[in-house]
Amino acid sequence: MLDLINVSYDTQIPNNVGLSQDKKVLKALEKWHPGYINWWNHLIPQNFQESMVYLRTAVSVDPKGWAKFDYVKMPEYRWGVLLAPQVEDRRIPMGEHKGELAWQEVPGEYRNMLKRLIVIQGDTEPGSVEQQKFLGLTAPSLYDMRNLFQVNVEEGRHLWAMVYLLQKYFGRDGREEADDLLRRSSGSDEAPRMLGAFNEETPDWLSFFMFTYFTDRDGKMQLESLAQSGFDPLSRTCRFMLTEEAHHMFVGETGVGRVVQRTCEAMNEAGITDPYAIGKIRDLGVIDLPTIQKKLNLHYTLSLDLFGQEISTNAANAFNSGIKGRYMESRIEDDHQLKDATYDVKTVKDGKIVTEAAPALTAINMRLRDDYVRDAAGGVGRWNKIIEKAGVNFELTLPHEGFHRQIGVFSTVAVDPAGNIISSEDWEKRRGEWLPTKADGDFIQSLMKPCYEPGKYASWIAPPKVGIDNKPGDFEYVRLHMA
Amino acid sequence: MNKPLKQHLIDPEICIRCYTCEMTCPVQAIEHDDNNVVVDASKCNFCMDCIPVCPTGSIDEWRVVEEPYSLDDQYSWTELPEQADIASADTSIEAMDDAMAALLAEAHAGAGGKAKPPATASKPTVNMYNLGKPAEATVQGNYRLTDEGGEADVRHIILDFGSLPFPVLEGQSIGIIPPGTDAEGKPHLPRLYSVSSPRDGERPGFNNVSLTVKREDKGLCSNYVCDLGKGDRVRVTGPFGATFLMPGDPDARLLMICTGTGSAPMRAFTMRRQRTVGGKSGGMTMFFGARTPESLPYFGPLKKVPDALLKKHLVYSRQPGQPKEYVQDRMVAEQEAVAELLGDPNTYIYICGLRGMEEGVEKTLTNIAESIGQQWTALRDTMRDEGRYHVETY
Repeated sequence: MLDLINVSYDTQIPNNVGLSQDKKVLKALEKWHPGYINWWNHLIPQNFQESMVYLRTAVSVDPKGWAKFDYVKMPEYRWGVLLAPQVEDRRIPMGEHKGELAWQEVPGEYRNMLKRLIVIQGDTEPGSVEQQKFLGLTAPSLYDMRNLFQVNVEEGRHLWAMVYLLQKYFGRDGREEADDLLRRSSGSDEAPRMLGAFNEETPDWLSFFMFTYFTDRDGKMQLESLAQSGFDPLSRTCRFMLTEEAHHMFVGETGVGRVVQRTCEAMNEAGITDPYAIGKIRDLGVIDLPTIQKKLNLHYTLSLDLFGQEISTNAANAFNSGIKGRYMESRIEDDHQLKDATYDVKTVKDGKIVTEAAPALTAINMRLRDDYVRDAAGGVGRWNKIIEKAGVNFELTLPHEGFHRQIGVFSTVAVDPAGNIISSEDWEKRRGEWLPTKADGDFIQSLMKPCYEPGKYASWIAPPKVGIDNKPGDFEYVRLHMA
Repeated sequence: MNKPLKQHLIDPEICIRCYTCEMTCPVQAIEHDDNNVVVDASKCNFCMDCIPVCPTGSIDEWRVVEEPYSLDDQYSWTELPEQADIASADTSIEAMDDAMAALLAEAHAGAGGKAKPPATASKPTVNMYNLGKPAEATVQGNYRLTDEGGEADVRHIILDFGSLPFPVLEGQSIGIIPPGTDAEGKPHLPRLYSVSSPRDGERPGFNNVSLTVKREDKGLCSNYVCDLGKGDRVRVTGPFGATFLMPGDPDARLLMICTGTGSAPMRAFTMRRQRTVGGKSGGMTMFFGARTPESLPYFGPLKKVPDALLKKHLVYSRQPGQPKEYVQDRMVAEQEAVAELLGDPNTYIYICGLRGMEEGVEKTLTNIAESIGQQWTALRDTMRDEGRYHVETY
């Protein structure tokens, strides 16, 4: 009997989709596998590949099997194809097919749309690993290094998940797309990753934490929407990926929180009360809060661009055809078809930012972005609690959604973080107040010195409150290979 | 509510509000507002499904309460309240289900008060599997530890959990559910057995545990376990126990006093040290009593453990041609060494075995404590409060 909960290791590829009985797809995946391993091996510096990393591997898709912790070398991590259990009699939750049985095969009329969504999602996964490939060299602790590698191997597994869908359901096109996912490369001139934010560098650990907090959170919102899909295999894949994505949110939120905490502690120890005494604070070997705000501004706004145009017929079509839902679709109380509904959308008219009601169907992207902003604000509030508790007079804020935008209605105007439209000249003049300058980057870079002793942390970051898998403070999360 | 209740709570300072627990909970006991994620005490059935899925470690929090915290209480928190002092309640949670908790409370009663875990002990996982949802293990082996034909039949049983997670620490117990039903047609309650293997498995890196089980005359579960053959499937609950644990500090000194199958946790402690720090530790001293060498479990392997790791005093009460000797007699003979251990604030005492051993051991410890000018009950209470005195008898 086919065991759909526990992971089967009877092929080279751990899976709970009965690969050993699906010769065609198995063959395609086995053909793709060496290219993947090759990609991984050329990515991350060799001594980390040889190191034993205390990683979490999913051994089954029921809750008890999501988190089996053990030491493993990254190239030997059990990447695989894991889908959440199939819900019997699942119905399409939204759009014109609402209430019909969910599709187990790709409906021909939506084939291209579906493929495109899967390829875009799939392209982000290896992209972020490429952006982060050198961070291990400057890890502020073994704990953080372990978290980085956990994020990396799970992004790798998410690529597997998307590649499986392409190979299984899209025939020759799918195989070509799967190969292209390994051909494109972050920041490359000839074949860059598809989305802008995934071609930006992740030069330092604060960027990494901001990236996992803000940019991976876009990934979470996209996965939540795809988990509603009427195409059942996509829905089940995304549901399982979300459990891993939660770990990435954790790395981002606690990472930034620990940087903020260390800065406040150092200020208090040195008796500095003015958070803008930047020189004096930097002399303490910590990152001043105004610079953290600038990094936040940058990563938040790059991530907002990932939601695309506020008004989008593509998004409307995807919703209407039952391919992609809204965030927490099942918890929204409406007709799930958006027949006559409207949604408030921000736009620019006569040099002013105004709110206009638009057909809700075309405003799907806007709605998802609003949900994102709400979700992202939560962690910022918790960082502010750390600052408040330390008695420092400073507040981190999310800038106005029109600030520093390259995509959507705000891309044509210059908006300051408070939401005022100003002239492009003024904006450029003040850029350095709002976004990290080269000097800011150089300073952060100067702090990026590795700290590889178990239980020790770099000067600019506080230790975590609890260890991974309840491990004690001096646990050796990575047994470094010293060649 | 006429008795204290164990309530599941989420630490709002550590939670990142990803709501994975809420999506996972099979009984919709978890909900959230813009502020916090909270657990409804009237719905939570301790199934533990939410524990492994949490990315942060904020979810495994428990408080013993007279009156459960309401959802509104929990929504208003910015941090978790401390455990309130509840008279006579056992506030370190050894098991979620009352039957198992009662069994452990009885086993630990000999410590003379509420037991606490060593400060440096690893955090145990408790109650991952219960009677309603047991784990299934496969018997990998069943070996007789005592001489064939001898009166005592003690077995070393190895259970393999396959791909099923079963995190267990040395000193913890697991429940075995004997098949069949009782006279009233109800399924049998699990019987508790202390694991005798270390946390990384009987064989390192393997997901298996070993038990040390003595066949009891007419014992329903012990006969079932002792008769198990390779490949048999067994239903298991647990792990249980959150105080009888070893310190993580390698410099801690362990004084272990046991009889018969009470050696199970001691074997686990010893193997853990052997695999991690070996002789470079604070050392362990063992007083181990049996009737004869032939009925002393693990006699052969024990002999091979180097003294630098474990000082062994194997004591026999029915050795032909020799006077009867019990563990307390040998402790008297070694009283200088024992006194030195008692005086060291880095010493941890573990007593495990038949209930009958308690009295003699206590008396001896009282005398030895006096010899260094300490009143035993006061010293014992201090040690227990510091997580350094542990008793498990049956």
